[in-house]
Amino acid sequence: MSGPNSDYDPVEVTPLKAEEVEAARDAALAAIAAAADLEQLKTVRLDHVGDRSPLALANREIGALPPAARKEAGARVGQARGAVNKALGERQAVLETEHEARILVEEAVDVTLPVDRRPAGGRHPLTTGAELIADIFVAMGWEVAEGPVIEAEWLNFDALNLGPDHPARTMQDTFWTDPAENHLVLRTHTSPVQARTMLSRGVSEDAPIYVVCPGRVFRTDEYDATHSPMFHQVEGLAIDKGITMAHLKGTLDHFAGQMFGEGINTRFRPSYFPFTEPSAEVDLVCFVCRGTGLNDAGTDPCRTCRGEGWIEWGGCGMVNPRVLRACGIDADTYSGFAFGMGIERTLMFRHGLEDLRTLFEGDVRFTTAFGSEL
Amino acid sequence: MKAPVSWIKEYVDLPAEVTTEALTDRLTALGLKLEAIEAAGAGITGPLVIGRVLTQEKEPQKNGKVINWCTVDVGDANGTGEPQGIICGAHNFGPGDKVVVILPGGVLPGNFQISARKTYGHVSAGMICSAAELGLPDDGTHGIIVVPEDGPEPGTDARAFLGFGEEVIEFEINPDRAYALSLRGIAREAALGFEGTTYRDPALRETPAANGEGYPVVVDDATGCPLFVARTVSGFDASAPTPEFMTKRLEQAGMRSISLAVDITNYVMLETGRPIHGYDRDKLQGTIRVRRATEGEQMVTLDGAKRTLSAEDLVVTDDSGIIGLGGVMGGETTEMSETTTNVLIEAAHWEPVSMFRTGKRHKISSEAGKRNERGVDPTICEAAADRVVELLVQHGGATADGGVTVVGTAPASPTITIDATLPARLSGIDVPAADTVAHLRAIGADVVEGSEGTIAVTAPAWRPDLNDPYDLVEEVVRIVGYDQVPSVLPRRATGRGLTRGQQLRRRVGRTLAGSGLVEVVSFPFVGDDAWEKLGLAEDDPRRVTVKLANPLSAEAPAYTTTVLHGLLEAAGRNLGRGATGVALFETQIVAKPSESGAAPIYGVDRRPTEDEMAALFAAVPTQWTELGVVLAGEYERGGWWGAGRTAGWEEALATVRRLADELGVEITVQSAAVMPWHPGRCAQVSAGDVTLGFAGELHPNVCKAYGLPARSAAVALDLDTLISLAPDRTPGPVFSTMPQAKEDVALLVDADVTVAAVEAALREGAGELLESVRLFDVYTSEQLGADKKSLAFALRFRAADRTLTAEETAAARDAAVARATELTGANQRT
Ligand SMILES: [Zn+2]
Repeated sequence: MSGPNSDYDPVEVTPLKAEEVEAARDAALAAIAAAADLEQLKTVRLDHVGDRSPLALANREIGALPPAARKEAGARVGQARGAVNKALGERQAVLETEHEARILVEEAVDVTLPVDRRPAGGRHPLTTGAELIADIFVAMGWEVAEGPVIEAEWLNFDALNLGPDHPARTMQDTFWTDPAENHLVLRTHTSPVQARTMLSRGVSEDAPIYVVCPGRVFRTDEYDATHSPMFHQVEGLAIDKGITMAHLKGTLDHFAGQMFGEGINTRFRPSYFPFTEPSAEVDLVCFVCRGTGLNDAGTDPCRTCRGEGWIEWGGCGMVNPRVLRACGIDADTYSGFAFGMGIERTLMFRHGLEDLRTLFEGDVRFTTAFGSEL
Repeated sequence: MKAPVSWIKEYVDLPAEVTTEALTDRLTALGLKLEAIEAAGAGITGPLVIGRVLTQEKEPQKNGKVINWCTVDVGDANGTGEPQGIICGAHNFGPGDKVVVILPGGVLPGNFQISARKTYGHVSAGMICSAAELGLPDDGTHGIIVVPEDGPEPGTDARAFLGFGEEVIEFEINPDRAYALSLRGIAREAALGFEGTTYRDPALRETPAANGEGYPVVVDDATGCPLFVARTVSGFDASAPTPEFMTKRLEQAGMRSISLAVDITNYVMLETGRPIHGYDRDKLQGTIRVRRATEGEQMVTLDGAKRTLSAEDLVVTDDSGIIGLGGVMGGETTEMSETTTNVLIEAAHWEPVSMFRTGKRHKISSEAGKRNERGVDPTICEAAADRVVELLVQHGGATADGGVTVVGTAPASPTITIDATLPARLSGIDVPAADTVAHLRAIGADVVEGSEGTIAVTAPAWRPDLNDPYDLVEEVVRIVGYDQVPSVLPRRATGRGLTRGQQLRRRVGRTLAGSGLVEVVSFPFVGDDAWEKLGLAEDDPRRVTVKLANPLSAEAPAYTTTVLHGLLEAAGRNLGRGATGVALFETQIVAKPSESGAAPIYGVDRRPTEDEMAALFAAVPTQWTELGVVLAGEYERGGWWGAGRTAGWEEALATVRRLADELGVEITVQSAAVMPWHPGRCAQVSAGDVTLGFAGELHPNVCKAYGLPARSAAVALDLDTLISLAPDRTPGPVFSTMPQAKEDVALLVDADVTVAAVEAALREGAGELLESVRLFDVYTSEQLGADKKSLAFALRFRAADRTLTAEETAAARDAAVARATELTGANQRT
């Protein structure tokens, strides 16, 4: 840093000689160029353009000159001062840029430091899976219907053509509340929601029924890798004029494609369910081997579908007119279809889950792997 | 149902090129789902031959075991003709017996290579095989297969004898297709699956007409037993062996050979689908009667169980009393035995619902019951009985008696009239009316074409499942092919999207997950153990539960009333697995019993009336969604930034407030003492005068009971109510852009004065100019005294239309403090 320059005693200066003005200018320009940082430049500014600098003093002297000399001296001093100020400004800009760059360099951190002060949360795949399914149907103009899990026997069974002597009503499958004479069960499927929808809404030309019912259901199954006393189903119900099995197939093909990927279609096989007639099992093209039944190498059977090319997905059919009658819908005017799938099963396929129990243990390592949406 | 392919082919001439896979594909498409194809002998290669045991020396070993050193004649199969030396550990055979031997070079299932090897001081060159070792069903003895004397000679390949190469198809038969629980039915479907094939009905046979010579039978209940056919044979040799083909087929079908007479009735049941019961005729006393039991009557069924009967049970009796539970299981007293010489054969048609109820009531599950309760062709009783007679004569040396008893008539199938276009209309497939008629005739129905396109369809006798128009549609569509159903999206759905409640529930989940909480799903089953762990008093209303009549575990026999039990267990499980802290949430459906008694059961021939529906819905227990949160252990991790932090009551409340803010619900909190929370660190959360739930630190005992660290915190809220209070829409906020004036005040209050009370008083006193008030410090010291605390509040003022003057701000501050002094005794510290 340069100190005050004692060579320039303004009292002694005879400022207006051209060579002196130029010398002062050149000295200033040299000092500006030599300033290494903003601090030095500040000193240079004081020394060379400050109130007591040679050029400032020279400027002040102009007024004392004879008028004939003023013009020339004025122009000379003015040019010198202009050049110095310009150089100052430019140097200031350069040094500021350098300064800012240096600060950014000095402020660098190790970005690989851990930043996991708060662990992430997550929503359960059974919740987000049900939402994903609901959204597929809502996008088609369907609505989401819900109902209680502890349900009247009549709604869970009778209304769905599961008469009192149907095998599905034996103690092996159903949780009954105590006493059993109260005719209440933990619902064994989400179908009572369909019955409730038909009973409470009815159906009309202007208000057909298109509802999807995701929900929790219970069966008295022992708990193991593929069975659970509590699991989740999604069922769908469409009641409208002119509904056919073709609409059922179209809807399930669309659902499968959205859920598992374009081109994953369904296959129907004749089956039996009391609440539908005709009834069908729904198989899904194996989305691993895409129906070939072979592994990637083409040498062994596909592990996902055990070589069949198809995966059992759920059940479906045309709503049995006996169900429509019990629920107050004119089976001569309206027809409908219904389908049902296990949400756990669907997720196990979609995400390759090996053990059903991981869904119910509450281990955060399981849930957080899925984040907030599926 | 398991069916050997060769047995199916006995009744249907399938084209030669039809493989077993092609057959099962067709049958699956028709509704008989393939479960598995079993091929006996799979995985066995090399020399597997019949041998005769020549010598057998028992050699006790040091370990106490006795092994047999055998020499076995295997003919020329070993290349030398010399006896083969083999070590064997089983003892159910002896010298002279014929056995099955695998020789060195052979391979058994599981790639078990057979070679000559030194063992127990001998060179054992091969193995004498048991059924299990050959991958065959065990006959129950777990021993060596002993080949009957009339079996093949030593040295012969054993495969043909063992039935290898024979494929057995296992089908999953749906309850409506009971006719396929027989070879008769399966073969009929196979014929249906391959056009132009010939089908021979095994139940179609000439039978002798009923006459007065038969065994006397009276049926008192013609509803329960519309038809009872009885035949008798004499001079039966009970010691005659069951022929090999029959034993093998029974085994292939999954049934065990018991005795010739029993085997024959089972064989005919598999063949025709008609269950048959045989009685030892010499043990019968007088007329056979069929009637309903009287309540409380007792009998011993042939499984040895003493059964107390209901007035709904159908029984077969003679002069001695009850001799059988009709159609379900015979009685002990008239059971056939090894001394039986005269046999009475019963082929009766029983009403299916009765069969189902009796089977369920007495917990009897049998092959006969399974068929009788689903519906058997009622017209083949005479044919089936005649077939049994034929086999008893053929294989048991019996003589058929001339008497034939037939009581009652087979019920007729209903006639269903449909529009011939119904299958097309319902399936969306173009099925011409003529095809509908042809397909229905193909399944054996009688079709009469009526006027205006209707057809009158009478189902064949073996199809009691066909009762409704839609049943016929399924028949037509399955023959046309389910794969012919086009794929068309319906176009008329006009839904209104998710309801507000459904949207908000998703929002709650996202908010909680977004603030670092992880969702879990738990079972809702609880028992007293849960209430003890949660520390609920004996009279706590949460102990009043909906009980289960048949819980999976006696320890958890009720449906839960709170989300907390499952949630706290999940937290404990995570910590037990090494997590240093967990923040979990769960939404559980909880319930309390209904007060309105039993739920009604209505008929199904009409919609219940509005009153009936109201009664139905009222009987269902009250159910709602409870939201639970648990924060246990490390909440913020420690690291290079500093120390970590555990969560406490304040994070529990912060979570509640964040949720309420997200939903736009104004809540208030006040201290409460409710288990399972710490009595001094629990907040009751309310909205207006509605209690939403509780939040705070868990009681130390509860933390201990669930294995959670001290000071863990939890929340339980009625989520349905919280969501119902959320406003439909938030009005846009109005705020001033004028400068803000700041005033901080420190107020000295008694230690038991709540911040909420002081804050409320400040708000009230400050008036309209107050923009916000926030506590920013709590200070206690010895100097203040233990019964005092100092609360520092930041007051912020702003006017809508002007810059506030210092005087205005000071006046508002003073008014706020004055109100606080008035209401809470606060003194401003200066
Ligand atoms: Zn596959």
